[in-house]
Amino acid sequence: MAERSFVQEVQALRLGAGETFRGEGILAVTKALLEAGVGYVGGYQGAPISHLMDVLSDAKEILDELGVHFEASASEAAAAAMLSTSMHYPIRGAATWKSTVGTNVASDALANLSSGGVTGGALIIVGEDYGEGSSIMQERSHAFAMKSQIWLLDPRPNAESIVKAVRDGFELSEASNTPVMLELRIRACHVHGSFQTRDNVRPEFTLEQARNHPRRETDRIVLPPASFAHEQEKVAHRWPAAVEFIKSRKLNEFFEGDIEDVGIVLQGGHYNGVIAALRQLGLADVYGKTRIPLYVLNVTYPLIDDEVVVFCSDKRAVLMVEEGQPDHLEQAVSTILRRAAVITPLHGKDVLPKAGEYTNKALVEGIGAFLEGLKDTALSPATVSLGSDLPEEVTQALNEAVPPRPAGFCTGCPERPIFSALTLAQQDVGERHIACDIGCHLFSILPPFNIGASTMGYGLGAASASGLNVAQGKRSISIMGDGGFWHNGLVSGVGNAVFNKSDDVILIVDNYYAAATGGQDILSSRAGNLNRSTRHPIEDAVKGVGVNWVRRIDHTYDVGAMRDVIEEALTTPERGPKVVIASSECMLNRQRRERPIRRKARNDGKRVVEQKFGVDEDVCTGDHACIRISGCPSLTLKETEDPLRDDPVAFVDNSCVACGHCGEVADAAVLCPSFYRADAVHNPSFWDRSFARLRGTVTTKLQVRRDARRLQEPAGEAPS
Amino acid sequence: MSDPLSQDRPICVAVLAIGGQGGGVVSNWLVALAESRGWVVQATSVPGVAQRTGATVYYLEMIEAGGQAPVLALMPTPGDVDLVVAAEWMEAGRAIQRGLVSPDRTTLIASTHRSLAVAEKSRPGDGINDPQAVEVAAALAAKRFLKADLAQVAAANGSVISASLFGAIAGSGALPFPRAAYEDAIRSGGVGVEASLRAFDAAFNCLTEDGQEEVAANPKPLPLLEGGSTDERTRYQALTERAERTFPEALQETLRAGLNRVIDFQDSAYGEEYLDRLDEILDLDKRLDGAQRDYNLTAAVAKYLATAMSYQDVIRVADLKSRGSRFSRVRDDISAADEQIVTITEFMHPRVEELAGLFPAFFGRNFEDKKLVRLLLSLFTGSKRVRSDSLRGFLSLYVLSALRRWRRKLLRHEIEMEHTRRWLANVTRSAGDDYDLAVEIARCRRLIKGYSDTHERSISKFDKVMQGIELVRGRSDAADWARRLHEAALQDTEGTALAGALDTIRSFTGPESEVA
Repeated sequence: MAERSFVQEVQALRLGAGETFRGEGILAVTKALLEAGVGYVGGYQGAPISHLMDVLSDAKEILDELGVHFEASASEAAAAAMLSTSMHYPIRGAATWKSTVGTNVASDALANLSSGGVTGGALIIVGEDYGEGSSIMQERSHAFAMKSQIWLLDPRPNAESIVKAVRDGFELSEASNTPVMLELRIRACHVHGSFQTRDNVRPEFTLEQARNHPRRETDRIVLPPASFAHEQEKVAHRWPAAVEFIKSRKLNEFFEGDIEDVGIVLQGGHYNGVIAALRQLGLADVYGKTRIPLYVLNVTYPLIDDEVVVFCSDKRAVLMVEEGQPDHLEQAVSTILRRAAVITPLHGKDVLPKAGEYTNKALVEGIGAFLEGLKDTALSPATVSLGSDLPEEVTQALNEAVPPRPAGFCTGCPERPIFSALTLAQQDVGERHIACDIGCHLFSILPPFNIGASTMGYGLGAASASGLNVAQGKRSISIMGDGGFWHNGLVSGVGNAVFNKSDDVILIVDNYYAAATGGQDILSSRAGNLNRSTRHPIEDAVKGVGVNWVRRIDHTYDVGAMRDVIEEALTTPERGPKVVIASSECMLNRQRRERPIRRKARNDGKRVVEQKFGVDEDVCTGDHACIRISGCPSLTLKETEDPLRDDPVAFVDNSCVACGHCGEVADAAVLCPSFYRADAVHNPSFWDRSFARLRGTVTTKLQVRRDARRLQEPAGEAPS
Repeated sequence: MSDPLSQDRPICVAVLAIGGQGGGVVSNWLVALAESRGWVVQATSVPGVAQRTGATVYYLEMIEAGGQAPVLALMPTPGDVDLVVAAEWMEAGRAIQRGLVSPDRTTLIASTHRSLAVAEKSRPGDGINDPQAVEVAAALAAKRFLKADLAQVAAANGSVISASLFGAIAGSGALPFPRAAYEDAIRSGGVGVEASLRAFDAAFNCLTEDGQEEVAANPKPLPLLEGGSTDERTRYQALTERAERTFPEALQETLRAGLNRVIDFQDSAYGEEYLDRLDEILDLDKRLDGAQRDYNLTAAVAKYLATAMSYQDVIRVADLKSRGSRFSRVRDDISAADEQIVTITEFMHPRVEELAGLFPAFFGRNFEDKKLVRLLLSLFTGSKRVRSDSLRGFLSLYVLSALRRWRRKLLRHEIEMEHTRRWLANVTRSAGDDYDLAVEIARCRRLIKGYSDTHERSISKFDKVMQGIELVRGRSDAADWARRLHEAALQDTEGTALAGALDTIRSFTGPESEVA
């Protein structure tokens, strides 16, 4: 079950000719795939393309009607390998993932695919997780396109252009027997827009036909001598075919402007940003009318030499807007101009940032600097105010006050207690080298836990500790999520540790989903899933590859037990890899599942117990040790009205989901007795009420007796 | 130039929220709103991992539909944003830091509530950052600055902040749409419509442009103690009169709070002890011309002596946890209705040390060596879940709290009083030579807090600060250094800042001043 339900979005996939689709960019792509007659789709979830996967997962009915196969692939490599179907059969196929990380994983299959070439259109949709909000290393997908010779589309970021790029992409792929990569930046994936839909198309050649009439062409397989022939074929036939297609179909766009002797060449994805920047500089308007001619590369690989030369000749200067580094495009354009002996000066990363996201601010400044460099008063851009100029001391006070707010574990996250336990275990048995992985658990590297030394890739947590696999010294710990475990970690992490006789500890965080990417089901998910096979325990897999020492904790919130098992793994005399599986359901998904059920039961008059944690304000001394080993968003601070106090006290706000972690930590770390759990029984039974009445009578009587004998402070105000 | 450029511009809106606050909901409503009025709207965001409690921005551009399709930007440009909505106070500051707020264009709407960042929460002292910095910057940076506690408005109406933010946007008039269109947008969303509309309505009129006043100094009159026997009440009456009579006006509030606290902790005789000790301090203060210094010394001692005398022992915790008023407070906290049954589970973990504190002082002394006693005690230590509303749990707490009668003969009391005596002696000894230093020493008592290990660590920090103070005693800036040490000790748990401050002191006092 994914984090969101996509029932509504799925209905949008049924829209027919002439209707209007409204929604996110990545969902427009999903609809465009069906309109293009795609035969099969595979992929691996991850921001910003998770929604494409989620919608298709929920759209089984529509896909069945159209005869489209959807595969929730085990990894990007698996998704890329799937595209080999389009090698021999005239079937359109698509694969999608987060880039560049997914492209890294997929690159072996991609290289083989593009060597042999394709018959049916093969489209790879990469969601570029670059710039603000990105969770990965900052690299470009462009290099992958160049190294394997995959054509790269970078359309203007509006729904119409993106949808057109999907159609063009399949045709280009078929016309040039080459896979095509469609690059969408994170904001384009999430942009809300609209486009005119067409009817969905059933694939002409079906998967069933392919299965019943298998084909093989040995000259498409990467094996000598065919592999040498492929390389020649790429430059001699596929490239020229692609260039011809791109030119004749005018995939790249020229926008004219009255200042004809200056021009900007840009990646299609930056078109809106460049127009916004030019608008601020007084050189364009909100309807896209520009005074400076633009050459928009909706295809950034290959470049069309003729188009580049025609655009740049007879200009005083040209600016290349190309985000990220290295500057592949600027170098390529330079080479084209040099070969054609065009002497127009080319600017780019001399005025724009060499690295990092091309924000609108960067574009305004960069284009402004480019124009100023022309030293032409007729061209000088409008003076632009980029925000307010605050006095130095005000800015400084603001910088001190506004706290960094990185992402972290959600309220009630079952992974938080694992890291509290790890903190306590290290206090007992000493600091360890800790290798992390990819997934929610990586938030452990941030305060308050500050745990973990590295992250080397999805499912590579255990493998990344293998360099330290020696008999001497203290055991290391590596961590993997269940997502990473099934993606790659079982073999390259656990199998590798068994085979190389590792003596270290592998901690597998099993939260029942690929949680970080939106709660998609995986092999070990506990929920039944009609379309997939779930409930395959990690424990069995680990034992299956030869681990003898395996411990599973089924309630990670029991910090004491969690700590004890980690300590045991670190100290047991038994040799061989020690695997600890920490299992508790992702709280985000659990709440989404259980809350409506509880609400309904309550309204139906059934007995329901709702829990919440709290802190006794007068018992808390305000040293915040609990927060330092918890970091729960609902465990926060509150100023008191007590004139004898200086420091705010701990306080549990109403977002508490009663996971119990704060109480467990206070207990396991022997912190303080301030925490309590309050259980409210809704619709109590007869017995509930009778016992409560009995208890109430006795306790009240005793309290009254005591109150009569001593002076005490009147009740304070309830925590708000 | 052929055709001139159009001067039309889109309305640019940025919503800054914390992951999980529902910034996406506000964005979706704005889209529905603009589209329902025939506008073209483009919205985008970079949720990704920021959905998990991180700071995140939603950005929208909208323009009245005309003949031509607009080209709208996917991210805000500094200086070009018309409306910035901050779903939390510091996020308004972040919007200003990012340059999204400009004085010639931007309406800034901010919820005044705070959602504390981990960095603020985890400091041992008061690590909450200064909200005034945002107030000052916003007043300068924004064209209009509107604010209200929109989290409170939402909670009061059984809804979430997205609804009150939307109401505030409507109320600000920053967008050219009628109120009914906003409400229709909420209805079209279909989830929790009634509560959302209530919060929307409450938020519509609640924004203010006024500077946030520090909550007016209008302290509530301190409450009097309740209950007790007639004798106790008479003695309490006498003590409050004595306090009013003998102590300066400015100290009354602290003094009353302190007196109440120590009597609540023990009894009226203990309150008398408290005043007796303070009398001595006040005499000293008067001799040192403390009137010139607002009796700072007496004020500091009055506050921290009360805290020191009402230390948190097992008896105290059992007492606080078993009070009737506490049971009602818990019910209020979870907003329990009358017919609901509420049970309370306590998370306790007494150690041998805590239980040994319950022994008579003569017996408990040197209990470190008494192996058998330790072994016996260890039967009662460790992880405990106590249902304080159950008969068994309540009775245990009740019986423990009744040990109060003998408290002054117990080991823990002796330890605490010895520590307090030494601290007070240090204060009085220092006052004659350096009044300000004595005040700082008194204030250092703030460092002692927590239970178990945390408590022991805090004592060791206190001791280190005291040793540091010995190094600077006699210098003209001794009080400043004492204050710096005190502040450094509150910076972090590891004591890094404190160690740094001590190193600095040693760098000018020389190595021979090394203290153990």
